Amino acid sequence: MRNKLAGYGFIGLGLLILTLLVCVGFGSVKMPVLEIAKILLHRLPGMGHWIEPTWDTASEQIVMQVRLPRVLLGLLVGASLAVAGAAFQGVLRNPLADPFTLGVSSGSAVGAAVLIFFGWQFSLIGVFTLPVVAFLTGAATLWIVMWLARENGKIPIESLILSGVVMQSFLGAVVSFLTAMSKETVNQIMYWTMGSLSLRGWSYTAILLPYLALGGLFLWSRARSLNLFALGERQAAHSGLNVEGTKLLILLVATLMTAAAVSVSGVIGFVGLVVPHMIRLITGPDYRLIIPLSAIGGGIFMMWSDLAARSLLAPTEIPLGVVTAFVGAPFFAYLLYRKKRAREKELS
Amino acid sequence: MIQVKEVTKCYGKFKALQDIDWSIAPGEFWGVIGPNGSGKSTLLSLLSGVEAPDRGEISLAGRSLSSYGRKDLSRKLAVLQQDGLPPIAYTVREVIEMGRFAYQDWRGREKQGGAEELLQRIMKRMELEELAHRPLSNLSGGQRQRAALAKVMAQQPEIVLLDEPTTYLDIRYQMQFMDLIAGWQREEGLTVVSVMHDLNLASLYCDRLLVLNGGRIAGQGAPGDILVPETLESVFHVKSYRIPHPDSGAPQLLLRKAENIMPR
Repeated sequence: MRNKLAGYGFIGLGLLILTLLVCVGFGSVKMPVLEIAKILLHRLPGMGHWIEPTWDTASEQIVMQVRLPRVLLGLLVGASLAVAGAAFQGVLRNPLADPFTLGVSSGSAVGAAVLIFFGWQFSLIGVFTLPVVAFLTGAATLWIVMWLARENGKIPIESLILSGVVMQSFLGAVVSFLTAMSKETVNQIMYWTMGSLSLRGWSYTAILLPYLALGGLFLWSRARSLNLFALGERQAAHSGLNVEGTKLLILLVATLMTAAAVSVSGVIGFVGLVVPHMIRLITGPDYRLIIPLSAIGGGIFMMWSDLAARSLLAPTEIPLGVVTAFVGAPFFAYLLYRKKRAREKELS
Repeated sequence: MIQVKEVTKCYGKFKALQDIDWSIAPGEFWGVIGPNGSGKSTLLSLLSGVEAPDRGEISLAGRSLSSYGRKDLSRKLAVLQQDGLPPIAYTVREVIEMGRFAYQDWRGREKQGGAEELLQRIMKRMELEELAHRPLSNLSGGQRQRAALAKVMAQQPEIVLLDEPTTYLDIRYQMQFMDLIAGWQREEGLTVVSVMHDLNLASLYCDRLLVLNGGRIAGQGAPGDILVPETLESVFHVKSYRIPHPDSGAPQLLLRKAENIMPR
């Protein structure tokens, strides 16, 4: 297991860094990957005097002030959503679960949109107001969705997703309504429904990083519990797992990570669905691998998606949620089809 | 080992179990028999600690069952369900290792070494070595149930609860499975409580039988005392003959067709 993780992790991190350099280099002014690598290395502590600055300061400004914060934020958002998706899938034993399909993203977006609509983003507890309120509304949404879907103490896979989709369209309507009501904040609220990473400074990265780091580490430490959930809740309990407590904790942490991501980037769907399944295809079902590799994979997936969003129709930007839906919705359909086939095979 | 005192369990208004008094000594192999809906599975689920009784108390090794933490309990007591393991993508070896969960800290390390040797020994004994890296979803029902038993063994319990473990197995695997359990019981002084559907199989393997009927105990004792045509008639409403098994003298029951029973 450990060797596998080291191997995949090494390849994954390599791809992650390569993606980062390419995505930073791409834009209205193109920059060679090597130059960006030098600029970034130059900034690392202790590396300053090994690298001769051969670039002009304008390039450095673009890299450090414009491109890098955006690309890095994409990395963090993608990683958070993918890890949260993997955790939701594991604990709910539902291959179709993800922050978006469960309605958690939309729930968080409503909380955030209301705050922005009334201009309360920084009231109460400063920069934490937005993520905390988004978390509360996201958690409430998840609770309602699970309550709606529960039948005789069980949650059927399709009912859960159906409840999630219903909540999501209702909450999406609430956000759209707020958009229609407001005059000045239209653009700001607009991106909650479709997701965007544009014009975010370093402060957003700083807000999200602790949620990803702590939440991700926590979920990774619960990877063996997630594996046990695959046996069914009863079997997991017989094997020594405190099922209800663990489930609640994992759901809350995954919701918190979703809320933090949503409050900096809006609703970006399907990332948490596509990425963990891709990783599963490569590594198999072990969450000790899936959780950390989903973080890396989510980062890579989101950086490429954002690159497509900002460069395909440049200078017009495509909303990021549109790009991920182009990839994610067909993938969702494929998973549905595969489930259907498996069931048909079982019956015949 | 296990003491059940005046236990009652209700689901809504339905009394699934009433006033159950039962004592299980270490090393015994108990079979729990009774018609459908008589409370067998409920009793097992109470013993496993997943559900709590409404009245009365169950104690394990002198301590109330409810005072055990989930991990503590799983080191003493393991459960094998009727449907065994779901057809998941985890390999046989990964699933058996999940049986060690109750012994691992949050990083997956064990306090005492020797887990690897234990897993190897179990896989060899259960003839699972060749299947070790196959996913469960590729195995037959019998193989999957063998993997489930191996996982339970890895849990190193003192007591095993089995819920009709051979329901989905053909005769060959039924016998193989029961032989494996009996061998394990003999070697390690294991206590076994098994819900049994097949009375003749119960007679061959169990030291003692508990008969449930309508949520109450309708009898308990050695198979020779319990498996008599009168009990079968009053509890299961079937008529039967009893003959001794040529190997051991254990009672075996032959069921009678209605048309052969003379009206009195």
